[in-house]
Amino acid sequence: MLKSKLKEAAICFKAGRVTMPFPLGPEFNPPGDWFRGKIKIEVEKCIGCGGCANVCPARLIEINDTETTRTLEYFLRRCTYCGRCAEVCPENAITMSTEYQTATNDNNDLYIRTELYMGTCGRCGRCFKPKSALDKMMVTGFRSKEAAGPAGK
Amino acid sequence: MLKKLCAKAFPKSLWVFHCNTGACNGCDIEVINVLTPYYDAERFGIKLVGSPRHADVLLVSGPVTRQVLPALKKLYDAVPNPKLVIAIGSCPTGGNIWFDSYATLGGLDKVLPVNFFVPGCPARPEAILYGVAVALGLAPKKVAPELLAQVHPEQLLQNIEKS
Repeated sequence: MLKSKLKEAAICFKAGRVTMPFPLGPEFNPPGDWFRGKIKIEVEKCIGCGGCANVCPARLIEINDTETTRTLEYFLRRCTYCGRCAEVCPENAITMSTEYQTATNDNNDLYIRTELYMGTCGRCGRCFKPKSALDKMMVTGFRSKEAAGPAGK
Repeated sequence: MLKKLCAKAFPKSLWVFHCNTGACNGCDIEVINVLTPYYDAERFGIKLVGSPRHADVLLVSGPVTRQVLPALKKLYDAVPNPKLVIAIGSCPTGGNIWFDSYATLGGLDKVLPVNFFVPGCPARPEAILYGVAVALGLAPKKVAPELLAQVHPEQLLQNIEKS
């Protein structure tokens, strides 16, 4: 019987340490690019199309319009991390980060609010895309040289 | 204040009673994962107990279904004071995709006072460990509400003209 115990002890010593020192130290397998964590929004890229609100299965994105601004509110407390908003976003303004350490004592912390400036329709007064596509090109730098100098050389 | 209370009430260990209120079993599997030697939540004194009367902490997973509500309330009353309630996963945190369903109550915080939330669908074992660390005061919480706003277009054009 003693022999078997010694054998067991030898196996245990051979295995070494398997426990991850995680909350106090580093983790063994940090999440890679495949991981879908909390969403990250680059607000300058967003055009306010509302595609993310359309496809979200948890319906956590609320859109509120005034004449010149569109407010998108993300109630991330019920996010399922499916990544469909990032998939559908035409400007890639939404990306899935690898942030998973989102434990909190108040679920109102899981909230993102973005304010976008939109153009106003002259007829109906509803807001739509940013001022003009040309302005947006200048912002993104697509034809900033042409916009600055004489066009067509 | 809650931190101080925690430090006073639980100097050594948290005994946990795990309660499934209609979860898909994903979070439950991750909770079991956390108790394995690889993640080893027992080094913080966390132990799974079989009766709510032995427990300090109620671990709840699942959007609280209408059927389970009376049992859950009984369970909460059976846990001796002082008690903590930890919500595991997106379902008890905010109701997940069933937040407005007639069959669920859409989140645990509408039923019981919840102390800590661990979002995720399912929550990663590391995320649960981190939540435990937050509950024990070993780590600070990292999330905060984000308020983002675009630069006004006129301002943007002015900036471009300047440059």
